[in-house]
Amino acid sequence: MAGVGTRRWFDAAPRGVETSYEFVEGWGMAAGAPARVLRPRSVEELARVFEAARRSGRKLALRGAGCSYGDASVTSDGDVLELGALARIRAWDPASGVADCEAGVTVEQLWKRSLPDGWWPRVVSGTMFPTLAGAAAMNIHGKNNYAVGTIGDAIREFDLVTPRGELLTCDRARHGEVFHAAIGGFGMLGVFTRLVVETKKVHSGELEVTGISVPGLAEALGEIEARRTSADYLVAWLDGFARGADLGRGLIHAARYLEPGEDRQPEQTLSVRHQELPPSILGVPKSEAWRALRLLNHDAGMAALNALKHRLGVLEARRGPYRQAHAAFAFLLDYVPNWKWAYGRRGGRGLIQYQAFVPHARAHEVFREILRASQAAGHVPYLCVLKRHRPDPFWLTHACDGWSLALDFKVTPATRASLWRHARELTELVLAAQGRFYFAKDLVLGPDDARRMFPAERLAEFQALKRRLDPDGLLATDLSRRVFGDFA
Amino acid sequence: MTSVSAISERVRPGEPAAFRGAPPGKRAIVVGASSGIGAALVERLVGEGWQVAAVARRAELLAQLARRCAELPRASGGGIVVRAHDVVDAHEVPGVFEALARELGGVDLVIYGAAIMPKIARDEYDTTKDLEQLAVNLAGCIAWGNAAARLFQTQRHGMLVGISSIAGERGRKGNPVYNATKAGMNTYLEALRNRLSECGVHVCTVKPGFVATDMTAGMGKLLWLISADEAARQILVAARARANERFVPRRWWLVATVIKSIPRFLFKKLNV
Repeated sequence: MAGVGTRRWFDAAPRGVETSYEFVEGWGMAAGAPARVLRPRSVEELARVFEAARRSGRKLALRGAGCSYGDASVTSDGDVLELGALARIRAWDPASGVADCEAGVTVEQLWKRSLPDGWWPRVVSGTMFPTLAGAAAMNIHGKNNYAVGTIGDAIREFDLVTPRGELLTCDRARHGEVFHAAIGGFGMLGVFTRLVVETKKVHSGELEVTGISVPGLAEALGEIEARRTSADYLVAWLDGFARGADLGRGLIHAARYLEPGEDRQPEQTLSVRHQELPPSILGVPKSEAWRALRLLNHDAGMAALNALKHRLGVLEARRGPYRQAHAAFAFLLDYVPNWKWAYGRRGGRGLIQYQAFVPHARAHEVFREILRASQAAGHVPYLCVLKRHRPDPFWLTHACDGWSLALDFKVTPATRASLWRHARELTELVLAAQGRFYFAKDLVLGPDDARRMFPAERLAEFQALKRRLDPDGLLATDLSRRVFGDFA
Repeated sequence: MTSVSAISERVRPGEPAAFRGAPPGKRAIVVGASSGIGAALVERLVGEGWQVAAVARRAELLAQLARRCAELPRASGGGIVVRAHDVVDAHEVPGVFEALARELGGVDLVIYGAAIMPKIARDEYDTTKDLEQLAVNLAGCIAWGNAAARLFQTQRHGMLVGISSIAGERGRKGNPVYNATKAGMNTYLEALRNRLSECGVHVCTVKPGFVATDMTAGMGKLLWLISADEAARQILVAARARANERFVPRRWWLVATVIKSIPRFLFKKLNV
């Protein structure tokens, strides 16, 4: 057999940069490819990585904590550039609640620093593990999107290193177009190396949470809409298995911040310790709890689990408002570590999250059809989450004045093709209603969908900026190739 | 650019992107493959139909090994690639590992068997010699173990086999640093096993007794001496059984248990 060492893939890695060869997959495990992973430990090392890439022409896919469900940080052509090692909070101002962070600082690091001083990040995801750079690149939102916008709205300023090696300090005024394009630009324009983020003053480490059980989709939408001005957070869980008159039944959680004086012991509730998630669930140690879910990970088990959750929701709604720590309310996805393994750990198994954003006027009709069509197609979502959103000024944002329905679909090698066909049908529905999708989740869009999602001039502007900041087209992922084709 | 447009052309709306994870298969990297147990393992694996990357310092011995493998029955479908690499150059390991993994189309098994055991006199304290053992036996194992662990953990399958030694059970008068490197290897591999078991990856520590190789040549008559091929056979049995630790042959377990139970005040008087 031939010797080894003459091929292009054996290009030496940039000197001194920590390198390994790994299987790099999306969080949902349904997409992945082996790749060389580069982990620079400083901005200087990062500059060397770009320099080497310009010389060799090897493409780079940016990756933070790998929390995007699909292929946003996966690449089958090029190397992965992971920035988790740049993870210092450079400055924290307890008077103004502004944090100056390196790229790899996680949502977890941020709240653990800010909360004891009485500040909570303005926007957090359902998990605390994403890096701020990844969160900015995907322009993530939380359960308060309808009220405060996306994380981009909470970012004051950032430094971006472009593949050409320039460092741009951007805010809404300086390089305003880069500011609004790079946030939500899914890592196509450069690497965030520093982000200045704002947090919100809170007077307690707890929220007042109200559970509202709803018998159907119309009621879920109506109850949330009615609380938009009074609640600080609103999110609904829906039972994807409920049919007919019960279609869209579920449980809304509305939460509000406590006013000064409502919490008698704010020092205690604001402590990190008070926020910690429970170490065991019904007596099962957290680290093993995914195995219990594994046993239920089929349509019958999940139908039962969803029905049980609905019953418990009815009881919870009767109990009236209660208090819950910020972390326990915000980071539902972190309760069971590695819960995604319940979907199977072997190659090709996992989940996709299909999240459709639909303008207010069409949401009810489109979501009803999505739920119905999924049941009819035999791809019933194991988890459904409904949220309210508002528009924001970022160029490729997913958010609109409307609603999103997020559906977790199980993927196996056997169901993959039919699931993708089903997703295609749903996508046609959503696009026909002027809907949008979210790159942190997507794994199913095709090459024409971006054109149908965004105004043509917006896309042209973004592509022009891409050519200016990344003329060699070095930044590319499986997502960018799938949805946008070749930028450069 | 061709591959880029190829991908966007291939994926049509409604058609899933291919899952690019290599399914589990029979692809192995054997480090320390030029002679002894390592070479015997390569021949056995190739004979059983594995695609094997054989890594060692001595290129001419690797070439001989490749020729021997070429003579094996074709029916097995096995194959070999060879790569000259000195495990002392730990910084090379990520690059070599990547090159071999791509050449094989994935990795399911990594066997680390590189080791040296220089003759050490009773009154000799030669730091250069000792650090060389440390570099080959332990630092090399860590460099390759880490590279394998990164891939195995992220792909959630794979097996790492470390060829340690019965000599790692106690510190004896003969070769303090050889004993220390093998003890260090045992602990390192145990820790990796504990880390990786959560994601379905197995680490197997093999502890051979006396095996007829270059290492034991000229040592006179040795207890329970077996051939390198027999050792290789038993190692593969242990790996398939997903043994955590396995003495080769297994009866060395008895000796190890006795030796480990000797109290220190007595052990220091003994000439073992």
